[in-house]
Amino acid sequence: MLKMSKVSKTYRTDTVETHALREFSLTVDEGEFVSVTGPSGSGKTTFLNIAGMLEELTSGSYELDSRDISKLNDKERSKVRNEKIGFIFQSFNLIPELDIFDNVDVPLRYRGFDASERSRRIEESLEMVGLASRMKHFPAQLSGGQQQRVAIARALAGEPRFLLADEPTGNLDTHMADSVLDLLTEINESGTTIIMVTHELSLADRAKRNIFVRDGQVSDGPPELHFATAANG
Amino acid sequence: MFRHYLKLGVLSIRANPALSALMVAAIAVGIGACMSIVTVRHVMSDNPVAHKNDVLYHVQLDNWNPDDPYGEPNEPPEQVTYLDATALHQAGRAFRQTISFKSDRVVQPDGDDARPFQELVRATTADFFAMFDVPFEFGGGWDAAADQTEERVVVLSSEMNQRLFGGEDSVGRMLTMNNESYRVLGVLQEWMPMPKFYDLNNNPYEGAEEIYVPFSLAVTGKWGSSGNNSCWKSPDGGDFAAYLASECIWIQMWVELRSASENDTYMQFLDDYVEEQKSLGRFPRELNNRLNTPAEWMVDREVVDDSVSVLLSLAVLFLVVCLLNTIGLLLAKVMRRTNDISLRRALGASKSALFSQYIIEAGMIGVAGGLAGIGMTWLGLRGIESVFSDYDFIAYLVSMDWTMIMGAVALAIVSALGAALYPTWRACSVSPATTLRIQ
Repeated sequence: MLKMSKVSKTYRTDTVETHALREFSLTVDEGEFVSVTGPSGSGKTTFLNIAGMLEELTSGSYELDSRDISKLNDKERSKVRNEKIGFIFQSFNLIPELDIFDNVDVPLRYRGFDASERSRRIEESLEMVGLASRMKHFPAQLSGGQQQRVAIARALAGEPRFLLADEPTGNLDTHMADSVLDLLTEINESGTTIIMVTHELSLADRAKRNIFVRDGQVSDGPPELHFATAANG
Repeated sequence: MFRHYLKLGVLSIRANPALSALMVAAIAVGIGACMSIVTVRHVMSDNPVAHKNDVLYHVQLDNWNPDDPYGEPNEPPEQVTYLDATALHQAGRAFRQTISFKSDRVVQPDGDDARPFQELVRATTADFFAMFDVPFEFGGGWDAAADQTEERVVVLSSEMNQRLFGGEDSVGRMLTMNNESYRVLGVLQEWMPMPKFYDLNNNPYEGAEEIYVPFSLAVTGKWGSSGNNSCWKSPDGGDFAAYLASECIWIQMWVELRSASENDTYMQFLDDYVEEQKSLGRFPRELNNRLNTPAEWMVDREVVDDSVSVLLSLAVLFLVVCLLNTIGLLLAKVMRRTNDISLRRALGASKSALFSQYIIEAGMIGVAGGLAGIGMTWLGLRGIESVFSDYDFIAYLVSMDWTMIMGAVALAIVSALGAALYPTWRACSVSPATTLRIQ
């Protein structure tokens, strides 16, 4: 379970103070598929960064599986991130010098699995996304949709409890986007909790639960209303 | 993980060949400049008898002018008189002792076509060979009895034996010098102590003599010294006997003492000897006897010229400049890879894991820089050799041994790792959220 209580995040420069999150509270239960929408600058990015422990919060509390994350040191945070969280990025973020096999291998190396265990997990996850036959290809040799599938395979190989997806279909055409969403839905149905940030309401509708973020806080009401409000000024 | 990091290092180097090559070149040039001078200094300051440094001692007595020390502020002469050398040698109070001086003879090879040539000769005593671990190819040195009987024997260097007898076992063959015949008693293996620790006068790098003869034989034959010869007052007469009885210093003396107590006892013996000589009207200065190990003696005699130390400082500074360049290049490389770093952090890499990865990559650059640096060092040494080609000994000063080769690689790795510390720390400090595009 992911639980944020009154989380605030403030960025400070010499002259400017920016409140990215203000007393942001959210609970995501085991097995949920949550979409997060909101206008630019609303705090979606900051929420996802803090949820993924890529950034530290300024105040409030954050518990992941009943464990207070703010008290962990770098090594412990890295271990939790590696074992419990999988990331999917809009721009795929594959390492161009490594082939597909080695790209999926990256988080497993940090996990400390032996070679045979890593190999089994890589093959299984690539099988799941339909790219088992492309293991020795390099990212540049794949289409955008295939690259995102590799990124999903990489995120899944460590069998994480949470999948954090950042605009996973943002760089894909409609057909490929549907395909990736189908895959995410399938993954969620197998028990993995998914939190997906997206701009597209049609994609958000595929989630079981929709969260709308505005001015650094979770906002009540349906997303359509808020987008309309924002559009009207 | 180490092998995995090596693989990542290779991939990274291949992904940035120009930047990597620049870093290797910067390290190699710095290492080359530094190690060229270090090599010269290493050879100049080498101790050829380091393994016996704690038992060999150079002997100094202060028989000098009461109104004017030999060296400021109160340094005794670096050599001893014939009177003292023979008296101390004959007393035999050390485990081993040797006295010697450098002379020269005209060697007359056999054969009608062979032309005579002048050659440096060391007149010494029997213990010389055992004290300094001089290795023999054939035969051996003379015994203590030969020191007394003025036996006409010689020991040849390997090179001289090659020149005179074609490298054969020449023990028992005869050699003619200044129209006098000598029987070859032994032939040395290659032996080129550098510096020539047992006689640092004139030129410490001229190499060992090619011919060795008994000290007593040379004195009886009235052979003059080809080395330093200093007198604080004129001999009482113009003949060789007056010279031998004078206060002129021209003989080097060494003793072998196996323990601290032997050292103390011998020092007391020297003091007693000088006190006795004072009662005879000699040694007008205060007691000032010295026993120095080979290492101490070479420092005392400033075997390594100050200019070499200055050059070394400049070379180290140059290496530092090259490393600063490398730091800049590494920083540029790391900053280009912030996305990779952030991604790895997001996928579970701890700061220490990333630190290991980047340090190993820097170490690989260091190894490559070190290997290239060996080549640059070789070029630098050849440059020094060509500039000082008029000096016979220069070839020895510019020769690289395994210590220097391994030292070059080690210095390169340490330098690269040192240069990589700041960029690697910066890499590990990158906030993943600032570079990964999470919207």
